[in-house]
Amino acid sequence: MSAPVRPAHADAPWASALLAGAALLVAIVMLALPLAAVFAEALRRGLPVAIDAIMEEDALAAIRLTLIIAAITVPMNLMGGVAAAWAVAKCEFPGKRLLVTLIELPFSVSPVIAGLIFVLIFGAKGWLGPWLQAHDIQVIFAVPGLVLATVFVTFPFVARTVIPLMQEQGRDEEEAAATLGASGPQTFWRVTLPNVKWALLSGVLLCNARAMGEFGAVSVVSGHIRGETNTMPLHVEILYNEYQFAGAFAVAALLALLGLVTLAAKTLLEHAAGRGAGGAA
Amino acid sequence: MSIEIRDVARRFGSTAALEGVSLTVARGEFVALLGPSGSGKTTLLRILAGLEGTDSGTVRVDGEDMTGVPARERRIGVVFQQYALFRHMTVFENVAFGLRVRKRRPPEAEIARRVRELLALVQIPELERRYPDQVSGGQRQRVALARALAIEPRLLLLDEPFGALDALVRKDVRRWVRGLHDRLGISTILVTHDQEEAMEMADRVAVMERGRIVQCDTAEVLLRDPATPFVAGFLGEASRLDCQVRGGVAHFDPLPLPPLRVALPDGEAQAFLRPEDIAVLAGTGQGILRAVRNVTDDRARVIVDLEGILLDGTAASGRAPQRNVPCRVALRGGIVFASNGQRARGEPLARIMAG
Repeated sequence: MSAPVRPAHADAPWASALLAGAALLVAIVMLALPLAAVFAEALRRGLPVAIDAIMEEDALAAIRLTLIIAAITVPMNLMGGVAAAWAVAKCEFPGKRLLVTLIELPFSVSPVIAGLIFVLIFGAKGWLGPWLQAHDIQVIFAVPGLVLATVFVTFPFVARTVIPLMQEQGRDEEEAAATLGASGPQTFWRVTLPNVKWALLSGVLLCNARAMGEFGAVSVVSGHIRGETNTMPLHVEILYNEYQFAGAFAVAALLALLGLVTLAAKTLLEHAAGRGAGGAA
Repeated sequence: MSIEIRDVARRFGSTAALEGVSLTVARGEFVALLGPSGSGKTTLLRILAGLEGTDSGTVRVDGEDMTGVPARERRIGVVFQQYALFRHMTVFENVAFGLRVRKRRPPEAEIARRVRELLALVQIPELERRYPDQVSGGQRQRVALARALAIEPRLLLLDEPFGALDALVRKDVRRWVRGLHDRLGISTILVTHDQEEAMEMADRVAVMERGRIVQCDTAEVLLRDPATPFVAGFLGEASRLDCQVRGGVAHFDPLPLPPLRVALPDGEAQAFLRPEDIAVLAGTGQGILRAVRNVTDDRARVIVDLEGILLDGTAASGRAPQRNVPCRVALRGGIVFASNGQRARGEPLARIMAG
């Protein structure tokens, strides 16, 4: 008779149970509960009321604006992110470390400050303000400003997900492609891009989720003109401050839902990528 | 196709990777670049492939100057060290790649025919639908070879292609690759740090040391007439001993070894003694037999301890001295380098008594 022996590196059963329980508790209290509360609050007076609140004119305008901004921002950051990742992972040049630091800048700078920078540059009293006014171009308190602020805040997502993978893969396959007669563009489309496609999609989805949810930077450059420069997060705040809780929570729930759908898509993708790892990934 | 490398130099920052390398490879010849890591052999291969530039010197393929010609226009096939197969493509697509990216892309049926032909040539026709991570190391190497051959290369470069294979497979694969070379007749350059591999596969071996080719000859010549102490020590087995030349005779004192007659000036020198040069004989002497490495019909390879220095020698089979018993050590010859680089064969002063 001998008791089952626990490997030396394994934690005691009670320890791992305690840790898992604590993590689960934090996840429920801090993440799941607030999300559930948003949906519960939105549906408290029934689905029709919530739908009415969303179908209201200003709310629809906010939804449309948010989608437009995401639709412009995500492709821009997709291209910019891939270009930056390519440069960092596959090329050697002076100032490379500076570029890596710059890519991370939006993560470390408060979004509000990012917004202020754009006001400082493009605002009526900003550096380019007089010139812009003379040419009748509106950046701040208009869609271009909102797009600029969102692009800035969400820039790192694509680059940051793709760079580590590209670095790990190295330049070997690109060199092999070159010796086989492939041109630069052929190598990029046939070798480099397919090799990072899953990470790229995942980065794009994260970028999209953040672009739709961005508040701080957008708030500074928006001007809060209802029906014109209010995005969904801004609209939620305005409704909330005006004690229109039904409307605020309905729009908030929709925004949360968009985020959840994005997250689900990302998880599904990763699952598909994992399953395909033996083959296509 | 003939390759002519002339005075090629390449620096990386302050370190010189290649310092004036010249080498000619004849049409259909198989040449190995052999050297320790850091000797510049991979840099030379990358320059040939067009993946690395030169600071000076020229590379000519069939008389055509390759300076400034990008890798994709060189038609030089490369089998990379880790194979660098396209991980997201099937074996079929890997081999087809070079055909698909051509300016005048052949029709699909023609591509399929060529790919199947190549997969049959490297004996893996059944793997065409697999992905690189679904096949073994040896099979991956065959895919890499088929992929490189698909562009009908003028020159084939193999960069340590057997390093990732286990020792048992390696010997077979070497012979198979050499056989394939003989069949196709494509000029081939093999980069390796394994002297056995280089000597077994190549027609000529170019030995590299610190960015230079110190000697390029057949394996036989390299072993018999090494140009420098480095080559003598790097190729084949040899015990390296310091000696002093006085009046045309190399003395090994204080080691109790008989002197060798050499045509060298007086002074410090280095002797390289192959196991065949060191005869271990029964009888009274200052050597002690420590181990017997292997025995053939007429000879036994033994390790003899001479005042704390272990030497690789030979003894007559069946008449080898007892282990851990004193024995006599004689010299049949050796290669001696004077400190000025001059080289001579050493001859024993007295004939060794058989026994």
